[in-house]
Amino acid sequence: MNNSYIDEPMLEAYVYETSQIIETLEQLMIQSEKIGTFSVDAINEIFRFMHTIKGSSAMMMFNEISTLAHKIEDIFYVIRENQGVRYDFSTLVDCILESVDYYKIELIKIRNGETPDGDTASLTDKVNDYLEILKEDNGLKKTKKETETKTEKDQKYYIRPSKKEDSAKYYKAKITFKKDCEMENIRAYTVIHNIVELVEEVIYKPSDIIDNDQSIDEIRANGFLLAIRSTSSEEEIRKYLEKTVFLESLDFEEAEPDWFKEFEVIYQDQEIHEDIKIPETSKKYIENQKVKKEKEDSKQEVTTTTTQSIISVNVDKLDMLMDMVGELVIAEAMVSQNPEVVRLEIESFDKASRQLHKISSELQDMVMAIRMVALSTTFMKMHRIVRDMTRKLSKDVVLEVYGEETEVDKNIIEKIADPLMHIIRNAIDHGIEDEKERIAKGKSKQGSIILEAKNSGSDVLIIIKDDGKGLDKQKIYEKAYNLGLIYQSIEDMNDKDIYRLILHPGFSMKEQVTEFSGRGVGMDVVAKNIESIGGSVIVDSVISKGTTIILKIPLTLAIIEGMNIKVGESRFTIPIASVKESFRPSNKEIIRDPDDREMIMVRGLCYPIVKLYEHYGLQTEVKNYESGILIMVEEDDRSCCLLADELLGQQQVVVKSLPNYIKRYKQVKGLGGCTLLGDGSISLILDVGEFELSNVHEK
Amino acid sequence: MNEDMNGFFEDQEEDTQKGKFLTFSLGEESYGIDIMYVTEIIGIQPITVVPELPNFVKGIINLRGKIIAVMDARLKFNKAPKEYNDRTCIIVIDIAQLSIGIIVDAVAEVINISDDNIVPPPNLNSGGRKYIKSVGKSDNSVILILDCEKLLDEQEIDELKSSND
Repeated sequence: MNNSYIDEPMLEAYVYETSQIIETLEQLMIQSEKIGTFSVDAINEIFRFMHTIKGSSAMMMFNEISTLAHKIEDIFYVIRENQGVRYDFSTLVDCILESVDYYKIELIKIRNGETPDGDTASLTDKVNDYLEILKEDNGLKKTKKETETKTEKDQKYYIRPSKKEDSAKYYKAKITFKKDCEMENIRAYTVIHNIVELVEEVIYKPSDIIDNDQSIDEIRANGFLLAIRSTSSEEEIRKYLEKTVFLESLDFEEAEPDWFKEFEVIYQDQEIHEDIKIPETSKKYIENQKVKKEKEDSKQEVTTTTTQSIISVNVDKLDMLMDMVGELVIAEAMVSQNPEVVRLEIESFDKASRQLHKISSELQDMVMAIRMVALSTTFMKMHRIVRDMTRKLSKDVVLEVYGEETEVDKNIIEKIADPLMHIIRNAIDHGIEDEKERIAKGKSKQGSIILEAKNSGSDVLIIIKDDGKGLDKQKIYEKAYNLGLIYQSIEDMNDKDIYRLILHPGFSMKEQVTEFSGRGVGMDVVAKNIESIGGSVIVDSVISKGTTIILKIPLTLAIIEGMNIKVGESRFTIPIASVKESFRPSNKEIIRDPDDREMIMVRGLCYPIVKLYEHYGLQTEVKNYESGILIMVEEDDRSCCLLADELLGQQQVVVKSLPNYIKRYKQVKGLGGCTLLGDGSISLILDVGEFELSNVHEK
Repeated sequence: MNEDMNGFFEDQEEDTQKGKFLTFSLGEESYGIDIMYVTEIIGIQPITVVPELPNFVKGIINLRGKIIAVMDARLKFNKAPKEYNDRTCIIVIDIAQLSIGIIVDAVAEVINISDDNIVPPPNLNSGGRKYIKSVGKSDNSVILILDCEKLLDEQEIDELKSSND
């Protein structure tokens, strides 16, 4: 392959497009597998996908990829062209999913600038064999005609997928236009074009209004006939039709469904008959196809609209945009809060700057909203995992997904895919029992995993719930004890703490290592990944009832609500979620222990004190408690009090990470990042979890 | 094709920047930085202290919304610290996607030093840190050319860390 001929942007577009296709293809496979067959639409779609991949890969000179796509295309060509063809569905699905995996790997290679060199020989052989068997089994000779009629037919129909099949009523309408209004066909088209909003389905005669000028004469002579199927009320449609420009007369009435179908068949089929002769069988097929189309889920609908209203943007550009908006907000504050201007007290200036502030904060919200992505694609991937695992482990598990429309920041999505995968793998492998065991326990044969996402304040909860055997508290405790992870006795630990142990590195409950899990890496990686984005993992379980794992993740990494505090010259920001309260203690309330550690008694509970100036070695005038302020912070039920000079106020801040140069030096304990304050100065964000917190519990 | 073009432009860009050095002074000596690394020069501005870092890392600054670390060249080279004044500058350099500001006494000018006038530094067996890549001659002065990579070297960081601990 000659690299020098490849345009970078083209390659990028290729990778993007192909990976999207592969993803959709994979979802389509999983969906089809659920129904147990390929719908006609699915077959067409797969055919189209493979065709696109074949074409674009050949253009990019990725021959192996192209050949494989070509082979699969062949299979679907055969299936598509021959109604009622018998094929081994599950082998085909396996085959295609295997190809999907192959494509994924190759795409990664291409993305990394390597040559896609994966060997497709075994895959193509497999596909070839399949094709041969398929052909043999059915003894095929292809009839070209059918394709033609079908594509022909696709163009003629103008059918909207119906949403509420039952409540739809049928109407017939005849529109005649005023004489000399001219261009009747265009006017008729306008009617059709706009009415689709209102109706489920509309068929009209003459149907070739745009392409055929003779239709004008027909409309003049016979009027423009409409057959409408709609859930809207008669009144609505009538009103709409009456609004037609140059309307001479309107006959509008409700019609029998039978009449509608007749009309449909007569006019549409007539069309086709005129163009090509169709074999008897394909008429039936057309009917069939029609039904399919009507049943078509809204998915197709979505894909068509997405191509129109969604553009894909490089994430880097979005990051840049967000940075710039951040700068804008700061610059705005610098202008409007400029002390010299403020001193002048100009009313019109205040007004203008308020307006500016409104716009810039809306802009900021919008940029944040742009970065939000629904979890659905990530959740979709889980179907594939469940499928593969259930096959390999021959367990019957069904995955139910709720709330996949919940949106989180793009960066977060990337970070949670792996953890989710681990958890679901674990659930199937360790959690859900095999069939016999389940029946013996009186559970339904089929295991279930519920994957749910929902918003809760500024967090998103992702809940993974299985109905498997649950976690054995005793066993976990013993194992952890033997590994030396804990020293307490089991009575001293509450359930949550024990379950939390499974998140410990090197802790695996499964005695045997399988392909999927049991190596003892997994849950700790989950915990780490989730913590790295500021989330937390909660494990709960009821023995022999199941396990629930809750991932609590922030909506966005980029903006937090923070409390700004001052220590000497330095400013710090504490995430408001961690702040419990702030108060000014009197010196008497402070207790010192023999090690000279200080603590304070608040409402009967004793909290340790961290003096920030001392902790970070900062210069400040405020060293005694009576002039400073204590801020009680809490994370995961553990708390402490921080001593600061003063509170500066609460504010939404854009989180930025510390420069890499500093991060390379060392991870400064307790610093989670930094942010810019309104006046352009930098504030350091405190990561409360890293301070010396202590369990403060009521007895 | 595009790649080739890009390459071509890059080459050309490199060519125009080749042999050009930004010179600045630290006390009596003048130093040079290959202009390729320099993104901009800004006046001294408020620096936010980040705790628990070696003394020559002064902290972080807000460079139009981008937060970068700054180090004091004097302290880095074990010279006596000097109070910042209006001549003090921060040279922002960019190496391997790592931006960092270097605080210097004053920035002088951009000069051309041809390859013939650049010689390797004398091999001093003092075991000191080798931040000086080479020594350049320009008119009557001698310019110490900094090795930016070494300045931010990972290994060197590790050394420092262990000596600090």
